[in-house]
Amino acid sequence: MSAGARGAGRGGGAPKAPARWSAASRAGRLELTASPHIKGPDSTPRIMWTVVASLAPVVVAATWWFGVSALILLAGATLGAVATERWFGPGGTLRDGSAAITGLLLGLTLPASVPLWVAVIGGAFSIAFGKLIFGGLGQNVFNPALLGRAFLQAAFPTVMTTWPTRPETWGTLAGDTFALPFMSGDAVAALTGATPLGLMKFESVGTEVARLAVGATGGSLGETAAIAILAGGAWLAAKRYLDWRIPVSILATVAVLSQVVRWIDPSSPGPLFMLFSGGLMLGAVYMATDMVTSPTTPTGAWIYGVGIGALVVLIRLWGGLPEGVMYAILLMNAMVPFIERATKPRVFGTGAPVEATS
Amino acid sequence: MSPTPTTGVQVLSRGVWRENPVFVQLLGLCPALAVTNTVANSLAMGLATFFVLLGSSVLVSVAKDWIPKQVRISAYILVIATFVTIADLVLAAVVPDIHKALGAFIALIVVNCMILGRQEAFASKNPVGRAVLDAVGTGAGFIVALVAIGGFREVLGYGSFLGVPLLGPAFEPWVVMILPAGGFFTLGFILLGFGWWEARRANSVRPRRWMNEATVTVEAPR
Repeated sequence: MSAGARGAGRGGGAPKAPARWSAASRAGRLELTASPHIKGPDSTPRIMWTVVASLAPVVVAATWWFGVSALILLAGATLGAVATERWFGPGGTLRDGSAAITGLLLGLTLPASVPLWVAVIGGAFSIAFGKLIFGGLGQNVFNPALLGRAFLQAAFPTVMTTWPTRPETWGTLAGDTFALPFMSGDAVAALTGATPLGLMKFESVGTEVARLAVGATGGSLGETAAIAILAGGAWLAAKRYLDWRIPVSILATVAVLSQVVRWIDPSSPGPLFMLFSGGLMLGAVYMATDMVTSPTTPTGAWIYGVGIGALVVLIRLWGGLPEGVMYAILLMNAMVPFIERATKPRVFGTGAPVEATS
Repeated sequence: MSPTPTTGVQVLSRGVWRENPVFVQLLGLCPALAVTNTVANSLAMGLATFFVLLGSSVLVSVAKDWIPKQVRISAYILVIATFVTIADLVLAAVVPDIHKALGAFIALIVVNCMILGRQEAFASKNPVGRAVLDAVGTGAGFIVALVAIGGFREVLGYGSFLGVPLLGPAFEPWVVMILPAGGFFTLGFILLGFGWWEARRANSVRPRRWMNEATVTVEAPR
């Protein structure tokens, strides 16, 4: 008879929580648990903090191109997210790092000139409405960071589509970062430019791919330096913390479709421009691969990625907006339950799909 | 569920808060979401609905003995539609701007299930006096709800209240709040507050006067 069973017997009722059993097993006794019995070293906090660490090159690139404003905004968005998780969350969920990563990712999708209070509100909205309202980590349908950005885009369209040029010195603010809460910033403070996609869409001006790859363009904080994003993503994929099928299928779909369109209409931007401009890299590597909101089956991951890629090309080339990565991912997030139902794995040796237990 | 009210005061008051048509019964949500982007629109819609509800409750209560059971719903709708037409024409004559802003939603008061619900559930079973009290209470609750939603949306979406700027020219408007999504956000927020308040109240049950004659079920604290 094991220690756990005896302990439960002494209680004279239902078995006690497994935590007591494992506490007993540390004293060298037999451990009784439900399956799985073989566990890897990975845990939610470990994965989440690794993702945060893998964003370091992106943060460095953002700070390099947009100056001190980038750091302030990233801190503000993270603070908004973490504080909301702390106050309204189920408690004890701060340590798993999921709130920090949501805030950080949201911050990376903001233009450098937004006031600090917008970033804080976005972070709070991401956690409250993107995650906690669904029941916390693992229950949310949509990527919280993207939902926060979609909200900011709908709430403050002018602020969110004003793209500053690189500040003259590192310490110069890229916009009126410290505008009073709920007040619009001083518009004169920022020198504005346009994003490569905006230039392409509204003025039919292209941008060299080399500049896109290192990030010397206008755009959101974290989306410009494609190389930094790919480096972080490759590391995560090697550690298997993200499903490589998703970014690969998204990027491949975008490349193939834009090449096909280019054959038909030579004036449209080519695949290289499409791949390296806008938020595609950040979206494909860090947003679409969110473990909670992407399909778990390999076939599902391919379908999901191809869907995002096709929507991105559709919105960018024929939609009213210059950039469509955010809406493409959110739309496919909503499709994930259906994709998973359609790609249920089969039980080995039978024709029947695995029945969901729970 | 509250027990059947006995006094006129309870008939009057329950519609305003405890059985608020929008926040508690979740009826009449279409106008509550669609036309509440400013306080003025909310107020106009609330008053129009109030008038229609009051008029049809009186008429239905008076005519309840002559309306055959089999066709009562169509009869109620006819009565309601009559008052909606009056409200429509009066609004168009008195406040043409607001009439334009509300658009089709004035005509759609006909299908506001809150009004039909009061006829079916109350006015057709009670004398005129009580029907008036019920209509006034429920209508006031509807106005309160619409103005609450409209106020929240106008302050955030335009930085003003009833057209009076509150927050200065530098205010950054939350455009989403005057879009349809803002209506859902606001209503969700308020329902969240109501649910939280109700949960708190349910957990600390205090005896009330009517409990002497009603069966009391106490919900165990969760």
